[in-house]
Amino acid sequence: MKRTTGIVAIAALVVFPAMADEVAPSEVKFEEGVVSASLTGTAGDPVSGRDVFANRKLGNCLACHANSDLSEESFHGEVAPVLDGVADRWTEEQLRGIVSNAKMMFEGTMMPAFYIDSGYERPLEDFAGTSILTAQQVEDVVAYLKTLKE
Amino acid sequence: MRISIGIATVITFAAGVGLAQDSKSLVIEGEEMVTETAAPDHMESVKTIYSGWRFRSEETQDLETDDFDNPGMVFVDQAIDLWETAQGSEGKSCSSCHENVEDFAGLRPTLPKVKDGELVTMEELVNECRTDRMGADAWKWSGGQMTAMTALIGLQSRGMPVDVAIDGEAAAFWEQGKELYYTPVGQLQMSCSNCHEDNYGVMIRADHLSQGQINGFPTYRLKNTKMNSSHGRFKGCMKNIRAEPYNEGGPEFKALELYLASRGQGLSVETPSVRN
Ligand code: HEC
Ligand code: HEC
Ligand code: HEC
Repeated sequence: MKRTTGIVAIAALVVFPAMADEVAPSEVKFEEGVVSASLTGTAGDPVSGRDVFANRKLGNCLACHANSDLSEESFHGEVAPVLDGVADRWTEEQLRGIVSNAKMMFEGTMMPAFYIDSGYERPLEDFAGTSILTAQQVEDVVAYLKTLKE
Repeated sequence: MRISIGIATVITFAAGVGLAQDSKSLVIEGEEMVTETAAPDHMESVKTIYSGWRFRSEETQDLETDDFDNPGMVFVDQAIDLWETAQGSEGKSCSSCHENVEDFAGLRPTLPKVKDGELVTMEELVNECRTDRMGADAWKWSGGQMTAMTALIGLQSRGMPVDVAIDGEAAAFWEQGKELYYTPVGQLQMSCSNCHEDNYGVMIRADHLSQGQINGFPTYRLKNTKMNSSHGRFKGCMKNIRAEPYNEGGPEFKALELYLASRGQGLSVETPSVRN
C-alpha cells in the first residue's frame, strides 16, 4: 500500500514541476528582444522541434523561411531569411526571443509572435486567448534551431 | 563600372521582388489585356501593378486565353439561361427589362460605386432587381447563381480598364477599405499588405504571392472548381491567418472591395479569370 502511494507521488513530482515552472505568455521577460530563461525548465527536444518547424498547423516556419535541413519538404517560402546556419548568427537566448515574439527583436516584422495569447485583432474563435505554440514547443524549436550550424 | 552594375543586378535578384511575375502578355480571343501598368498615385510603395494572371503557372494561364478552354465559361452559359428565366411574383426575367446583357458593357470597371450615399456592388444591383422588381428571393452573395450572373455581366466589360471613383462621396468608404488593408488581424497578426504589397512575387510555402488584385473577379478557381466572389476570397485569406472574417456583403468587405479595385486602376477587367 505505502509503496504504491510512494510511486504515484514520485510520478506526480516528475510531471508537475515542469508545468509549475512554465512561464505564461504574458510573463515572458524580454530584454532587447532576448529571453534568457527557459520557458519550461525542461530542455528542448530538437527532434520534435524539427516537426513543429515544418508542420503547417504548428510553426509552419517553412511558409516564410527556407531551410536546407528540411530538403525532404517540397515547398520552402521565400518571404524571410534562409535559416541555414542560423545558430552561428544568434544565441539560444536570442532565438528564444525571436520565436516567442519576433516583434520585440525586429520592429514591425511580419513574423508572427508564436508565444503571446492576447492583443489579437479579430482572432478566429478557436484561437482567441491561445498562443500559436506551447511553451515546450517554443523550447523544442529553439533546440532545433541551435542545430542549424554551417 | 561593369562590375558595380553586376552587383546591383545580383542584389535585385536576391531580393526577388519585381522579378517573379512573368513578362508574358495575355491575349484572350485575340484581344490584348492590360496585365501590367503604372500604379495609381495613391499607392505609395508600389510602382507597377500586375494582374494575378502574371503570377500563375503556364497551364493555369493558358486556360484563360481561350474561351473554349476556360472552365469559368460553363457558369457564364448558366447565367445566359438564368437571364431568360422568369422568377418571382412578377413573372419577369432579367430580359423582360434589360434587352441585351451587352448593354451592361462598361459597368463592371466602375463598381463598387456610391449611389444615394451608399456604396453599392454588382451583387447588390442584381439583388435589387430581384427583390424590388421581380418579387424574387435575393441570391446568396457567393452562391452559384450570383457568381454566374456577375461573371456574365462582368464579361461584357472584359478588356476595359478598372476605373472606380475614390473621391467625393466615395472617399470615406475608400479610407475605411485602406485602413482594413493595412491592419494586422488574426492569431497570425498579419495584414493584406504583408502578403500582397510587401511580398508579391515570392513564394509563401507552395503559393506564389500576387498583388491580390480583383480585376479578374468573379474568378474560376481550380482549387474549388467554381466561380468565386472577391468577398469569398477575402474571407479565405482572413481564415488562413486565423482571423474572424467580416461578412460577405457587409460594409467592411464592400469598403475593402472598393479599395482593392482602386489598387488595380487601369488593369483590364478579366472576369471570368482562371486562378488556382
Ligand atoms: C509570415 C512569415 C514568417 C513566419 C511564418 C516565420 N517567420 Fe521567422 N522571420 C520572418 C521575417 C520577415 C524575418 C526577418 C526579420 C525582419 O522582419 O526583419 C524573420 C526572422 C527570423 C529569424 C532571424 C533570422 C536571421 O537569420 O536573422 C529566425 C531565427 C526566425 N525568423 C525563426 C522562425 C521560426 C522558428 C519560425 C516558426 C516557428 C518562423 N521564423 C516563422 C518571417 C516569418
Ligand atoms: C422589372 C424590371 C427589371 C427586371 C426584371 C430586372 N431589372 Fe435590372 N434594372 C431595372 C431598372 C429599372 C434598373 C435601373 C435602376 C437605376 O438606374 O436605379 C436596373 C438596373 C440593373 C443593374 C444596374 C445597372 C447600372 O448601370 O447601374 C443591373 C446590374 C441589373 N439591373 C441587373 C439585372 C439582372 C441580372 C436581372 C435579373 C436577375 C434584372 N436586372 C432584372 C429593371 C429590371
Ligand atoms: C498569409 C498571406 C496572405 C495574407 C495575409 C492575405 N492573403 Fe490574399 N492571397 C494569399 C495567397 C497565397 C493567395 C493566392 C495566390 C495569389 O494570388 O496571391 C491570395 C490571393 C488573394 C486574392 C486573389 C488574387 C487573384 O488574382 O485571384 C485576393 C483578391 C486576395 N488574396 C486578397 C486579400 C485580402 C483583401 C487580404 C486581407 C484581408 C489578404 N488577401 C490577405 C495570401 C495572403
